[in-house]
Amino acid sequence: MPYHIVVCGSIVPDPLQTLEPVTSPTGPALKNELMLPAVLDPWAGHALFEAANLAKQHAGSKVWFVSMGPKAKLQQVMMTIAQKVPFELVAIDGPSSGFTEASEVAAALADAIQTIPGLDKAHLLVFGGWESASRGAGVTMQMIGERLGLVDQFQGVDKLTVRADGSLEILERIEGGKHQVSTCAGTPALLGWATGNLPEPPNNPQVGMLNMRTVMPALQKAKPVKLAGEGLAFASVSLPKQRRETRIVKDMAPDDIAREIVEWIKKD
Amino acid sequence: METILVLAHTEADGSLGKAALETLGAAKTLSASLAGSTLVVGLIGTEVQAAANQIAAAGAARLLGVAGAEFAQPRYSSDVLAVEALGKAAAATIILAPATSRMNRVLAGATQRLGGRIDTHATGIAAADGKPAVTRWYYRQRMEAVLSRTQRPWVVALESGCSAAFAGAAGQAAVELVPVALPAAHQRTTVTGIQAPSADEQTIRPDAKLLFVAGAGWTKKQADGQAHAAEAEQIILGFLGQTKSSLGSTKSLVDLSGEGQQVLKFMSHLNQIGQTGATPRHAKGLATCCHGEEPHTVGWRFINERRAINLNAACSWAQGKADVLYVADAFAVMRKVNELLAAK
Repeated sequence: MPYHIVVCGSIVPDPLQTLEPVTSPTGPALKNELMLPAVLDPWAGHALFEAANLAKQHAGSKVWFVSMGPKAKLQQVMMTIAQKVPFELVAIDGPSSGFTEASEVAAALADAIQTIPGLDKAHLLVFGGWESASRGAGVTMQMIGERLGLVDQFQGVDKLTVRADGSLEILERIEGGKHQVSTCAGTPALLGWATGNLPEPPNNPQVGMLNMRTVMPALQKAKPVKLAGEGLAFASVSLPKQRRETRIVKDMAPDDIAREIVEWIKKD
Repeated sequence: METILVLAHTEADGSLGKAALETLGAAKTLSASLAGSTLVVGLIGTEVQAAANQIAAAGAARLLGVAGAEFAQPRYSSDVLAVEALGKAAAATIILAPATSRMNRVLAGATQRLGGRIDTHATGIAAADGKPAVTRWYYRQRMEAVLSRTQRPWVVALESGCSAAFAGAAGQAAVELVPVALPAAHQRTTVTGIQAPSADEQTIRPDAKLLFVAGAGWTKKQADGQAHAAEAEQIILGFLGQTKSSLGSTKSLVDLSGEGQQVLKFMSHLNQIGQTGATPRHAKGLATCCHGEEPHTVGWRFINERRAINLNAACSWAQGKADVLYVADAFAVMRKVNELLAAK
């Protein structure tokens, strides 16, 4: 059965960058936000790679990648991601900040999905990360699902198996390192991915060239979106101040360190 | 005048879990500090009377319930209808819920249905100038924000371990059952079970006092020029078995497993803490063979006492993040730790 898989993903600052909040005219922002190198959100990346893998296994399937961010940043990230797996980009020119209002982002993404030409909603799978490395709320995908009328939703997904009858078996993360196993009659459904099971695909220049034929036009015609953040007020945004006085123990024998650690563990 | 609805689901035995009781505790405190506010509780489960009795002394103006066999399963399609119905029945302006996997799966969708706004992973909610304000972290626990909203209903999912749990005496409570019809379109998904490692193999223990973090150093070449992954496994599992601590890992180590390098067989992405992993809450944390750059240390944000073992004295752990940094060979130290624990 061919699937139409729409993957929603944001771009986030490279995790190795030092982040500092500042106050901008529109609310909180990151210092030098436009200068920070961006990457595809890690969980969105897992969702994209899982989507591509599923599409590969089911002939006739297609993957769209829907993303909102400043055009220049999206282009920078696409130069890397487009070499990984085949997809068609649907770009929205808007902020990628973690301080944006999730419901407004969800509305913009859902609108973009609904305008994808030829999208077969009966065979639709909407993928995304279960959270992001920016806002990290885990709410945008659910709201997109509601706007698209999808009532079979799964979050923290680590595995999707398509069974012979077209039904879906899904493993979702729950508390204590366990997975909840569910079966869903079939599409349409929404899956917010955790890490999945696939490694990051290697760069493939041929895939990159193929993708870039649609990426550049998609970026050029990206619809601009302004998010008002209506009714939301930040009283403060700050870095944690706590700095510990670290005792550095250099010359203690391993046996003595072990004794000290055991005493520490045993102490209530 | 706020109407504060505390949402909770029952556990398998029909009772309310720790996270639900903590949320109720936080809601009571908030209600007390917001003049004229009303506290309502909404319960979801196969049967909710026992849970209602458990919190009979909470002082809720109303106890609402959505009950039935179809609400036993943590499933989006049924839970979203239950949460929506409870929100409407309570005419709630603020909805507080524990950040369990069941609630996290469904709260935002229900918020969309209720026309409200939502904040999740909140670590606190308190009244400031007579208005509620939520504290939560952004950019994976790297910066903390305090925010407020004018839209209602405002749904807030509270993280566990951030509030004192309600501990009143049980009694007899009167529950108003809210009927919820489940159309066929909402019954396409069935929860068929739980996959969990056996008790001996389970390395993630959210309620453990100690978090043990293993870094990629365990798989690197040691002083003899050889890697000793098998011994590393033995030492780590031995320690976990004796202390019943929870195992965390750095991204670099679990990525090695995902790339097909079977380094530590028991390690998976579920163990990962930090920038792209979990941020668990434990009283103590012991880090071994890992470095403490900012993206990794976000996993330690909620660990009270922190110690580390590392061969590098210039490790970032020495930069004010750990209480004690032992500059030593983790193999030698942990081997001896296991010996001492076994002898006691």
